[in-house]
Parts: sequence; structure tokens; C-alpha cells
Amino acid sequence: MSDIRQARKELTSRILEGDGKASPSERRAAFNNSGLAEPLGTLVDKVARHAHGVTDEGITAARVSGLCEDQVFEIVVCAAIGQATRQYDTALAALEAATGKE
Amino acid sequence: MRLRILESGHGFGTKALFALIRTVSRQPVLDVVKLAKYRADFYGGPMQGVTHEAMRGPSTWSVGDRELMAAFVAKTNQCEFCTKAHAAVAQRAYRDGKTVSALLSDLETAAIAEPLRATLLMLGKLTREHAVNAEDMRVVLAAGASRQQIEDALAVCFSFNVISRLADAFGFFVPGPEAFEAGAKYLLARGYR
Repeated sequence: MSDIRQARKELTSRILEGDGKASPSERRAAFNNSGLAEPLGTLVDKVARHAHGVTDEGITAARVSGLCEDQVFEIVVCAAIGQATRQYDTALAALEAATGKE
Repeated sequence: MRLRILESGHGFGTKALFALIRTVSRQPVLDVVKLAKYRADFYGGPMQGVTHEAMRGPSTWSVGDRELMAAFVAKTNQCEFCTKAHAAVAQRAYRDGKTVSALLSDLETAAIAEPLRATLLMLGKLTREHAVNAEDMRVVLAAGASRQQIEDALAVCFSFNVISRLADAFGFFVPGPEAFEAGAKYLLARGYR
């Protein structure tokens, strides 16, 4: 059996709690897709819900709002990992409900 | 790519590595590699740990099956880069002539084992609708997939629900088939570390 639990924990801990150019609260908000002001809120929601719809203009708008490229990089990474985490956790809970065991 | 730092913001050592890759493979460095190597302590390093375990860790799914899952998740996300990249790996991993592009385009009638088909359909729903329920899981179990196989498949799905989002958000360049073939050879020989 493959086991990504520890590696996933380390990944999430690094992006949310480690050093970064974006603040921890911004990274957490991007991960949760919640509580970000525009235009960042729209960009993060697109990354989470339909990333193929992200445009040059969406990235540019984030830059024009005052973020440097490293901050945009971190926020987009947090948004992608946050949504994939919610999908993964939901599926594991469904599997647990279907099998009724740890 | 939409961020200049991901294209050219790497340190001297990494740029030297990219030059070596270009020379040896005679192909451009794929944008997924540029992303993984940019400030690798933040994303690339920790993510490679997750992806290598999901794709090459112990599992009763074959490497080809897991690469097919990766391509299918990417296709569901409409991510052209990851679909082509991992279809190429799956095609190379399956040495029995399976046509991966046909599998991806018509999963319902494809000539694959039922546990794999049911698992792929569940991953597709999870990726498309962001959720599945217990009944969805019972269908996969009834098709013959074990609980552990489902967990292993969900690990693959997690990785490619991250990577395909980043590929599209950052605007990865989609190269020709030769570059993906070179990438497939590397991933089969070395994995994701």
C-alpha cells in the first residue's frame, strides 16, 4: 500500500506554516478558498473550481493589486493544494462510510 | 508561463541542471520541472515526496494503471499538459499495446478490468464534482477494487488534482510529443523524486 499521509502532512505544514513571501493568513485563506479580497478571491476560486479558466488577466490583476510574483506563486500553490485536500478528505470519508472500518 | 520567476528565476545550479537536461534529452525543459525546481523547499520538494509515493510506492495497481489514473484526472480537469504527459507515460508503461488515448476517450467501453474502470469513473466524479459519497464507493468495491486500492487511487488523484491545477493556473507551455516521450522515459526510469 502506498502511504502519503506523512508526506502530505509535511507538504501542508510547509506551505501554510513555513517561511513565505505571502503572509500565513493569506496562504491559509487561499488554502481554504475563503476570506480573500478582490481580485485575489476570484483568482483563488478559479484555481480551486476550474483552473483551466485562469487567464493572463487574472494573474496580472493580482500583481497590479500589489502582490509580487513570489506572493502570487505561493497563493496559487496554496489554493490548488487546499482544493485537492478537500476532495481527498471527502473521498476518504465516503470510503470510511462505505466500509465502516478504520 | 504566466510568472517570470517560474521561467527564469532559478539559481545558478538549477540553471546549469536545465542546460544539462536540454543537452542530454535534446528537448526543452518541461514547465513542470521548472515549477518543481523553483524555491523547491516551498512546493517542489515536499510535493515530490507525495507524488513519488502515490505513483511509485507499493501498490497492487501497476505503474501503468496509476499513470492512466493521473492522465484521466488531468483530462477531467481539462489540463492538456498533464493529460498528454501522463498518457505518454502510461502508454510506455503498458507494454501490451493498450491504446491509452482510446481508453481516455471512451472509458465506458474500453477493454480494461472492471475494478480499474470503476475506480477511474469514481475519480472522474470526484474531480469533476469535488465530492463523492458512500454509494459511489460501494459501486467501486462491488466492481472488485479493494479498500486499499481505492485509497491508493485517491492518493494519485490528490497529486494530480494539485499538479493539473497548477499547470493550468501558471500556463504551462504544451510541447510536442517528442518532449513528452523524453519525460515519460525519465519518469519510468527515475520516478518523481
